[in-house]
Amino acid sequence: MVITIASLKKGQRGIIKEFSIDVVPLKLLEMGCLPGNEVSLVQMAPFNDPLYLNINGSHLAIRKETASKIEIELI
Amino acid sequence: MAKHINVALIGNPNTGKTSVFNRLTGLNQKVGNYPGITVEKKQGTCKFGRACKVHILDLPGTYSLNASSLDENVVIELLLNKNDKDFPDVAVVVADVENLKRNLLLFTQIKDLGIPAILAINMSDRMKRKAITLDIPLLEEKLQTKIALISSRKNLGFDYLKELIENYNQLSTKPCLNASRISPEYFDRLRKAFPNQDLYKLWLVITQDVNFGKLDRNELKGVASFQTESVSNLKRLQQKETVARYQFINETLKQTLHIDTANAKDLRSRLDRILTHKVWGYVIFFGILLLIFQAIFDWSAYPMDFIDSTFASLSEWTKNTLPAGDFTNLIAEGIIPGLGGIVIFIPQIAFLFLFISILEETGYMSRVVFLMDRVMRRFGLSGKSVVPLVAGTACAIPAIMATRNIENWKERLITILVTPFTTCSARLPVYLIIIALVIPDTRVLGIFSLQGLTLMFMYILGFGAAIFSAYLLDKILKIRSKSFFVVEMPNYKLPLPKNVIITVVEKTKAFVFGAGKIILAISIILWVMASYGPGNFNDAEEIITNEYASQNLSEEEIEMHIDSYKLEHSYIGRIGHAIEPAVRPLGYDWKIGIAIVSSFAAREVFVGTLATIYSVGSEEEETIKNRMAAEINPVLGGPLFNFASGVSLLLFYAFAMQCMSTLAIVKKETNSWKWPMWQLFVMSAIAYVVALAAYQFLK
Ligand SMILES: Nc1nc2c(ncn2[C@@H]2O[C@H](COP(=O)(O)OP(=O)(O)O)[C@@H](O)[C@H]2O)c(=O)[nH]1
Repeated sequence: MVITIASLKKGQRGIIKEFSIDVVPLKLLEMGCLPGNEVSLVQMAPFNDPLYLNINGSHLAIRKETASKIEIELI
Repeated sequence: MAKHINVALIGNPNTGKTSVFNRLTGLNQKVGNYPGITVEKKQGTCKFGRACKVHILDLPGTYSLNASSLDENVVIELLLNKNDKDFPDVAVVVADVENLKRNLLLFTQIKDLGIPAILAINMSDRMKRKAITLDIPLLEEKLQTKIALISSRKNLGFDYLKELIENYNQLSTKPCLNASRISPEYFDRLRKAFPNQDLYKLWLVITQDVNFGKLDRNELKGVASFQTESVSNLKRLQQKETVARYQFINETLKQTLHIDTANAKDLRSRLDRILTHKVWGYVIFFGILLLIFQAIFDWSAYPMDFIDSTFASLSEWTKNTLPAGDFTNLIAEGIIPGLGGIVIFIPQIAFLFLFISILEETGYMSRVVFLMDRVMRRFGLSGKSVVPLVAGTACAIPAIMATRNIENWKERLITILVTPFTTCSARLPVYLIIIALVIPDTRVLGIFSLQGLTLMFMYILGFGAAIFSAYLLDKILKIRSKSFFVVEMPNYKLPLPKNVIITVVEKTKAFVFGAGKIILAISIILWVMASYGPGNFNDAEEIITNEYASQNLSEEEIEMHIDSYKLEHSYIGRIGHAIEPAVRPLGYDWKIGIAIVSSFAAREVFVGTLATIYSVGSEEEETIKNRMAAEINPVLGGPLFNFASGVSLLLFYAFAMQCMSTLAIVKKETNSWKWPMWQLFVMSAIAYVVALAAYQFLK
């Protein structure tokens, strides 16, 4: 099974793998969501969407749909 | 001659850009719109001694020079257009010391454009708490710039920042990294095609076209058609550019920035655990909404009553002081109440923006978006739409102004368009009197008053109509807008009082001088139409005195009959008569017609107008109610206000856009007459059809 940001549990951390620019908006990259960076899940809204993340020190909320396109490696 | 410097403030959102702007300009600021679009344009001036005048433009917050929204587009349009009168001599890039890494991305892009740039690192007061140390000289060297370490909270470093601005021509304009290395071959081709242009500028113009759309105001027209790479290749290059920039920033900061995490104290995670909690998060949010509601509904009633009575006595005083005549009447009955009708909104607007700016300042608003996104998204609304929709229950005017905080234009427009459906407090007097008249005063299940339930139903109906039309509009409106969702969750902070005060003052001013003009104009027109009329109107006194001569009425009663006669024969009265055929199928007569037309000024005028027509002197609810109950339907006989016509009237007021002030504010906020007119026609049409159906079905 592919592990993505969407499959993170609260408090878990992962490292972002390489991804294709066609699925991840540039804006997200600019806010620090880059391959190699560490990501952890801070909080989930009800129905587990959106997700409140800490990516490399940047605190962002993104929707589950986007999160499920970014593969990670758990650490 | 005084030196004149154009400064542009640029920075990521939440870096304290607004606070820096407020520090530099104080209340010397002007908020307007960029021509043709609804992006807010904030500018101000500031004097450095006698010899140097600085014009400061506060650009919308942006994360990079790759625009994905109208706001960000404004920044790029300006920076790429040397001919723009606002083109900066120097850019001050504001960064947050706690988020330097992300903030520097934009800085490196601006440097690459060759614009002299100062880096203002803000929030320096937090460095100690967060155990952050910076090697400023080394950082200046790496970034080829001058750095001012400032704190807008503690007012530190601003003298040095001003000094840097004044001596901007000593700044280096060298780029700090070379973007063309991401694809030497592509940039070579670009250089050959446009030999005299700055490469990075060309690159921005081309990618801008891919990201967002063509630039309008640009000297480099035609460049965008230089398409030697596919769109997805260009996007890949942009990704590479971002990665390259971050690499550079990481290396730079590794040598210059040190954070001792062991010493850092963290308030954020503790607060977030409660404020974004699945249960407590909502409980607290609804508590806050309740408080806001209480403030605009209840607390503002006191200043509003005061304003009301002040303007009433002012009008009275004018009438008694100035020589009698048309001119005095215009001032006392047209202009003064018209002005009163504008000032009356100030308490509600001030309260709402007091709360909203505190919520924004503390960083809590982003949590609201996080909590509400899932629910609101379905209706094409933003998480932030909750605040305007709830505020709309008190008054649509401040509510619509509050939509400024919604960044996405489509979500914002939808919120503006649907907010007037929510049951505002001006509908309340109309609802109360009609409900008292046609809904039996009985209890359901022995406890709930049927009248109370009806009133509650009206509130639910308003809210439901808003949500449902939002859903439809989301499907209908074809507006390109950002389709994905990223929200930054800033650190929690204590609000800066200065920022809060400036927001409240600015919003109030914007309302008074923006929408106020339109409101005043329409209320004067309505007053003229109600106070003058053709033909018989001018002989009202004579006709009435003769008619009632035998009845021995008191002077006051005669006076009331005259007023009633005048209203009937005024221009508005004629309109009321003229539209009678149109409103009769809804169960109304011409008197209600007049009341509907005149209540376009404000819904609550409905009751007052009926009081005048029925010649009841007071606006006491009981008196008018009894008079209304006695009214006979001229065609069918029987009471005019029966269950069918009452329900029809309730529904009409629930849906109709009966408020010129709302139209005025929508015009101001959408920057065009298109949307308020659209609202007026669509909402009136819905109101008419629903009221018609209800009456015909129930009668
Ligand atoms: N501690 C601290 N907080 C600041 C400073 N400047 C601004 N803030 C706070 O940072 C938050 C965002 O500021 P604002 O000016 O609205 O940022 P903008 O979104 O960039 O315009 C607000 O809560 C401000 O009170 C500062 O120098 N120190």
